[in-house]
Amino acid sequence: MTLVHFIFGRLGFDSLPFWDAVKDPTFGNIVNSAIATFAASLVLFGGALTAGLITYYGKWRVLWSEWLTSVDHKRIGIMYIVLAFVMLARALIEAALMRGQQAFGLGGGFLSPEHFGQLFSTHGSIMIFFMAMPFLTGMINFVMPLQIGARDVSFPVMNSVSLGLTTAGAALVMISLVLGKFSTGGWSGYPPYTEIPFNPGVGPDYWIWAISLSSVGSMLTGINFAVTIYKQRAPGMTLFRMPLFTWTALCTSILMIFAMPPLTVATALLALDRYLGFHFFTNGFGGNMMNYANLFWLFGHPEVYILILPSFGIYSEVFSTFSGKTLYGYVSLVLATMSIGVLSFTVWLHHFFTMGQSANVNAVFGTATMLIGIPTGVKVYDWILTMYRGRVRFTVPLVYALAFMMLFVIGGLTGIILANPSLDYQVHNTLFLVAHFHNMLIPGLLFGMLAGYHFWFPKAFGFRLHERWGMVSALCWIAGFVLAFFPLYALGLLGYPRRTLAFFNPVYLPYMIVAFVGALVILAAFTSLVIQLVVSVRRREELRVPAGDPWDGRSLEWATAAPPPEYNFAVLPTVTGRDAFMHSKETGHAYGVPVRFTGIKMPKNSAMGFAVCVGGGLLGFALVWHIWWLCVAASLGLCAVMIGRGYARDTEKIIPAAEVERDHMRWLATVAASRPVTRAHEIEPANDGRAVPPFLEAAE
Amino acid sequence: MSPPAIRHPGLLLGEGHPDVNENAEEMLFGFWVFLMSDAIVFGLLFATYAAMLHGTAGGPGPKTLYDIKSAFMETLALLSSTFTYGMATLSLKYRTRGGSLITWLLVTLGLAVIFLGLEVHDFISMLDKGGWPERSGFLSAFFALVPLHGLHVTSGCIWMIALIGQVAVYGIDKDVKLGLLRLGLFWHFLDIVWIVIFSVVYLGGLA
Repeated sequence: MTLVHFIFGRLGFDSLPFWDAVKDPTFGNIVNSAIATFAASLVLFGGALTAGLITYYGKWRVLWSEWLTSVDHKRIGIMYIVLAFVMLARALIEAALMRGQQAFGLGGGFLSPEHFGQLFSTHGSIMIFFMAMPFLTGMINFVMPLQIGARDVSFPVMNSVSLGLTTAGAALVMISLVLGKFSTGGWSGYPPYTEIPFNPGVGPDYWIWAISLSSVGSMLTGINFAVTIYKQRAPGMTLFRMPLFTWTALCTSILMIFAMPPLTVATALLALDRYLGFHFFTNGFGGNMMNYANLFWLFGHPEVYILILPSFGIYSEVFSTFSGKTLYGYVSLVLATMSIGVLSFTVWLHHFFTMGQSANVNAVFGTATMLIGIPTGVKVYDWILTMYRGRVRFTVPLVYALAFMMLFVIGGLTGIILANPSLDYQVHNTLFLVAHFHNMLIPGLLFGMLAGYHFWFPKAFGFRLHERWGMVSALCWIAGFVLAFFPLYALGLLGYPRRTLAFFNPVYLPYMIVAFVGALVILAAFTSLVIQLVVSVRRREELRVPAGDPWDGRSLEWATAAPPPEYNFAVLPTVTGRDAFMHSKETGHAYGVPVRFTGIKMPKNSAMGFAVCVGGGLLGFALVWHIWWLCVAASLGLCAVMIGRGYARDTEKIIPAAEVERDHMRWLATVAASRPVTRAHEIEPANDGRAVPPFLEAAE
Repeated sequence: MSPPAIRHPGLLLGEGHPDVNENAEEMLFGFWVFLMSDAIVFGLLFATYAAMLHGTAGGPGPKTLYDIKSAFMETLALLSSTFTYGMATLSLKYRTRGGSLITWLLVTLGLAVIFLGLEVHDFISMLDKGGWPERSGFLSAFFALVPLHGLHVTSGCIWMIALIGQVAVYGIDKDVKLGLLRLGLFWHFLDIVWIVIFSVVYLGGLA
């Protein structure tokens, strides 16, 4: 082994994205290398631009002391969502590229099969692990402690460690654009294809370590959230008084605790196969890839509900708030949520009906799958009845919610088709399946997250998002989704296999072109979101809602300033029923002056999360490229950080009562100075965040 | 009004330790939840082992490779260490004189080292008999499950040394107590996992 090999492992010039074109400049290689090089330079340019801007504005110190080392659940939540948006941008561009390839795919197209394989693998992995998971984790992080009247999560430092692990995983996926190639094994990474004989390169290793880092992070997140909800609720906040979003957060956390370990085991065993020559999933020597399929989907199916339940919670809040009514059928919604949580562990086999088990086994899992439709149906009716005779306002979150309800029911119907094993045999592994799960996850997860983003943005930053641009974006998302994915149902029924580069039968072409147009509309939707953010920041003075309650909110997160102080509530609220803040507004107890202020104990900042992010990222990178000295160094570093943390003692600070009182009284003065606004003027500049509840509107 | 009673599963330090009461419930509950998650990892590896038991691919099987005598001695060492760790926690709870807490911890550590030594010896003799993990699916499953337990014991030992170090620096303060309670849960959990390994892997394999 040479010294260069010792230092750099498998890294070499051939790891660069344009190497193929230099070595073998055929037309195809040049096109694919050009695309890959452009993507790589985007990553480098984006990183350099961000660093440059931070330097230009002199914000490194602020970034370090107020964000990277912060253990405040609100800031960690915001950082998760920023990560989700960055990764969403990349995965959307990849999606558009794939749709472009297939729109020109009659007889070939412009991408190589290898490149196409990388695109669908990164697209899927990013959307699930580095867009959806960070988005919902960020949302729960920000909202849930406020909703239950807590000061922070139970383990604030572990919270930042989870963020660090997820970010390290995302960073590996980004690095794979610049150095080496990502896996072509899809987001599920099935062996034996991802084993050494078929894939000796770094691709599957990138996938394994990126996913492993994020799955450990999510498992820790699940523990943190569940313990917070069980142990940190404000006085009087019994379980059945919790807002529905918190219920869904609890259910998702429980699923994370139990469903993340199977993924960790699956990727770890695959890594043992690849690195140490074990035989878990190989073709010979007693290996059996069905073990992988079972392990992966034992994670993979509950994962679907991890993704979708928080959105159900957001929709519940949105329907109730923007209808001005208490949520219809609260208890049935809670029971439906928990039933879905239990059922989610009983259906994993429907992901491989065609892989050889007996008809009876398939029948059992098919039936279990259909059962999930029942609690979901209960939810849809509850939401409809929440709107019934309510004062419904067509704001951006409600538009997302309505679109969700209609589109999700269609997706559910196609799910029932797929749940039937004999029908599944017909459409298995076709674009019908691709259409189905995008139909569940885009309206189900993404629209919910975007609704939540619009709904809680004013709470996080103190000003509303621009309504008109939000509406443009929402309508583009909805139209783009329909155009991009409904043709895929038809294509699937016509027998078009998923993950297929090109085709030779012109009958597919019109559908492919419509789907490509849909992808472009979705890109426009994302662009509008970016424009909306810029416009909103520019006009933040007229959009400001310092009183903190722009939508006439019902739960406790609206009972504090926007943005909330670090400790959330000057005095922890006492809860006497559901819709706690609405109740206090109705009884005239909202915005009261506390009898007494006391000092508040809060956790101090910690660099632990950042250290784990760097250490975990380096470890993953070293493993991918076989840089063994760096593996050892990073592992020792991580151990040292963890042991060292045990020796930390001075980890808490007291915010003095006088400071709490000063800030609280200032906020109350702001509230008193704000003009109360009725729902008719909700989206006008007059809305300073002080709502007039409907029953008082006549008096205004 | 007295503060609400602290309740969590496992050993309660009780009234003599007002300093831990504020955090104990949440900390220990969180650690129990972590152990549940870890139990899933072991459960899946047991399932994998069971599924691959016959995947020997013509290589050596349990009867050739396992040494029940050694496994039994390992069991004795680990079970005794769980007892001595219990004694350490009782010294903590009743604040017995002198260094009895540290003594019991060191005894536990010694037993754990004996356990690990025997286990490594077992692995080496398996390798000598041609029982390499690369040989077959069955051996892969064995070498993912049993050494993972050993790795857990090793990290428990490192944790214990780190805690003894903390005692040396800070005395037996709140964080040391909470650490010892959590390590106790971890230690007893590993004992239970080992009992299942002994029953399923060794006894089951030789039956």
